[in-house]
Amino acid sequence: MSTAATPSSSPQISKISEAVIRIAGNSQDGIQAIGGFLARLAGRSEQEVMTFMTIPSTISGGPSIFQVRIGSGEVLSSGDEADLLLAFYDHSYLAHLGSLKKGGIVLYDSDHLKAEDIPAENLTKYRHVGVPISSLTIEAIGGTGRDKGKNVFALGLLAKMFDLNVPKLHKLLTERFTGKDPKILETALNAFNYGYNYTLATAPELFQFQPGENVGLSQVVMSGNEALAYGLIAAGVRFGAGYPITPWSDIMELLRRELPKYGGQFQQCEDEIASVSMAIGASWSGGVAVTGSSGPGIALKTEAIGWAVMAEMPLIVVDVMRGGPSTGMPTNIEQSDINIAVHGGHGDCPRVVIAPANVEDCFYTAIEAVNIARKYSTPVFILSDQGIATRIEAFKEPDLKALVQDISPDLTAVTDHKPYDLSAPDGVTRHIAPGTRVASGKYPVVTGLEHDEMGHPTGSGKTHMQMIAKRRSKLKKLASEFPAPKFYGPAEGQILLVSWGSSQGPVQEAVKQGRAQGHAISALHVRYINPLPPGLADLFAGFRHVFVVELNDGGYSGVGQMGALIRSQIPDAKIRGITKVDGLTWKVREILNAALELAK
Amino acid sequence: MSEIAILNLPTSRGANTNTTPVIPLTEADRKPLTKKEISADHPTWCPGCGDFSVLALYFKLIEKRRMHHEKVTTVAGIGCSSRFPYFVQAHGAHFIHGRALPFATGVSLNRPDLHVFVFGGDGDAFSIGGNHFTHTARKNVKLTYVVMDNSVYGLTKNQTSPTSPIGFKSKTDIWGAKDRPINPLKQAIAAGATFVARTSHTNPNHVLQTMEAAMDHDGFSFIQCLSECVEFYPGAFDNSNPRKGGKFDLVPADHDVTDEYAAYKLAEDLRPGLFGVFYKNARPTKNANEAAIIADLQGKHAGLEPWQILKKNFDRMK
Repeated sequence: MSTAATPSSSPQISKISEAVIRIAGNSQDGIQAIGGFLARLAGRSEQEVMTFMTIPSTISGGPSIFQVRIGSGEVLSSGDEADLLLAFYDHSYLAHLGSLKKGGIVLYDSDHLKAEDIPAENLTKYRHVGVPISSLTIEAIGGTGRDKGKNVFALGLLAKMFDLNVPKLHKLLTERFTGKDPKILETALNAFNYGYNYTLATAPELFQFQPGENVGLSQVVMSGNEALAYGLIAAGVRFGAGYPITPWSDIMELLRRELPKYGGQFQQCEDEIASVSMAIGASWSGGVAVTGSSGPGIALKTEAIGWAVMAEMPLIVVDVMRGGPSTGMPTNIEQSDINIAVHGGHGDCPRVVIAPANVEDCFYTAIEAVNIARKYSTPVFILSDQGIATRIEAFKEPDLKALVQDISPDLTAVTDHKPYDLSAPDGVTRHIAPGTRVASGKYPVVTGLEHDEMGHPTGSGKTHMQMIAKRRSKLKKLASEFPAPKFYGPAEGQILLVSWGSSQGPVQEAVKQGRAQGHAISALHVRYINPLPPGLADLFAGFRHVFVVELNDGGYSGVGQMGALIRSQIPDAKIRGITKVDGLTWKVREILNAALELAK
Repeated sequence: MSEIAILNLPTSRGANTNTTPVIPLTEADRKPLTKKEISADHPTWCPGCGDFSVLALYFKLIEKRRMHHEKVTTVAGIGCSSRFPYFVQAHGAHFIHGRALPFATGVSLNRPDLHVFVFGGDGDAFSIGGNHFTHTARKNVKLTYVVMDNSVYGLTKNQTSPTSPIGFKSKTDIWGAKDRPINPLKQAIAAGATFVARTSHTNPNHVLQTMEAAMDHDGFSFIQCLSECVEFYPGAFDNSNPRKGGKFDLVPADHDVTDEYAAYKLAEDLRPGLFGVFYKNARPTKNANEAAIIADLQGKHAGLEPWQILKKNFDRMK
């Protein structure tokens, strides 16, 4: 065991308001489980929490990390640098030491990394605490199950170092491990207690979180994929269809499991095309159905989505973006599906695209998307990403009683119905589900061919022009209903950072830091990608530079996909891009440095 | 929580529906639909096309079985025969090429009160839609699928289809087709279809009888209906048309329709082959299996409003 700090008989206890803890090991070590416990504990302690994790795309094995940032105040990103690194192996130590802030603590498994192998320069830069995690876990729970128990042992160590609430952690462990075999829970508690009680004789420092702002809120803790799936359920979606693909599959699995409780169902299909087709069929027959995927699967669905645009059928398409093109970087984050979501498919094919900014927003975005799909009879894309999908956040429990809605179809007979009525005052198409009697005896059809007001095919150029205009202008009407985006910071200054999707948190934190350094920098978050909210040009007017921050390639022109979309409507050379494609979430300093550099 | 746009919706159906209350019809009020009431657009098919006969018999089926107007649900993909829904005055959907079956599956599973009819051609069914044919059959989704097989791509004007026989000359096989054609019946039986039958547009009574049997079958019912393309493959099925010197032989009366291997053997030679029900078996439908899962889970949450069910999940995530 070694430490750069002078050992003292009783370590000093520091009060902190937030901490970034990075846990690095292999994918089978249960690293996500430790992170999950910490996140849940934070949620139950009315603390803000944000996590970040990477999992290898291989089936088993390979390095894996989980980063959790717990704070007593507002937590906007998962943190640029870690305060504490927990390294299970020498390779985890080597790969992640760079993510630790200077003077930070590295807690390592001394069974895998020998103290004498640590370079002297590291010892001066970081505080090292070696604990024989593997052998102590065997000592605690016996057997060879060290791969299974050492995560819980390590959780015990962390609980001691950060003075975490032990009864609450015991309760969380009990909830998680209570099952058929009582031995499992007993073993988990033993491992935890052994870790907690292990005397950190050389621990340089112990920490204590300042109490969170007790606003009397009940918090829930979940991942973005969970929030999105539960949001769809709350919105009244009762039918879904999909095909397995990372990182979308969790949503599919959750809906498959949960929907029958509500009288609904989710179908796993033979392929992506079948799943979008089945969802569209279900939507036509009543309600709003969901399909979803990630990049490659979205590409396969585009023909059918074009049909839904043409037939004006409500449909939710969830795209949990990952690195592309093609199979790309399946377990890494990227925001490079704007082009396919907004423009994918042939013909003039307008559809709605919305992007949630964080885990909580996933829940509300799902409800909003369903209601837009219904009200405007249109496919709606929800552009989530690998980062939001897999990270865990705590947020205020939604008012479910008020939010959960019933959108089952109305099959009451009607006198007459014209789905594509060109003279309808609101210009919006509405369908009646099969099973609805039309007393006039004239029934509508739905089709991918250009059609007249009853859905029957026509080759008339005039009708095509009218219907194209109808499909376009209804989205313009929708845009007029969007609330104006709000500034984070003053409405004028030198630099405006425009974020969308999961860039929101790190961008706002960059603004916070930039303003603290005296820069006139603000941010604007755009959640409606297509149609864009009206009035963006006016909002940009107060700034000398506008930088659209996004995780995709700046291409030939230096603006990313969202930047290009904005530039196509606001052709102003002051709009430029801050982009990157390293497969990782934004670091706050990357954004701020790039912005200051570009604005020079 | 974010600023979001639309959480409250108008409950009305909007201006494009005349919602003047309609007096509900009782069973006694219901008269069988006439051909005039059930026909819509005039078919775009070439004069003499076999598809006219199939459409006329679909009307007859609706009339004979006294189906309610609003319950008639017709789905199709792309192709000459797939224009079917426009010609039927009822709820209909003309979907994309090859994907009529998954679309219809969505309707069937979401709306057990409807019987869904899917019409299409051999290219739609066995070529671009081949994957869906296999999986809809194995899942035994309750719907009726009538493939109007003309053994040629007609809408795109004469290319080889998956059921074109070896030697068939088309624009894409000017030397005669070389690839072995698909045997739709064997394909359906092997995939797990629970009702497999064959008929021909030249025998109206047989078509109607087969459609009725298919409609009454609880599961995925598949009909291969020979339907001649007079433009690009005239005379394709003369060998099964007695009026043209062919023979319309029925599946033997003593054939055990539940015997998969016997059915497979009977389907071996389709030139001209036999007509009738080759295979029919009872197996739980996808619809019934899903309904059982729903009943079980709903039973476990009886008495709870949807928001209360969701609340239980959220309480576990604290």
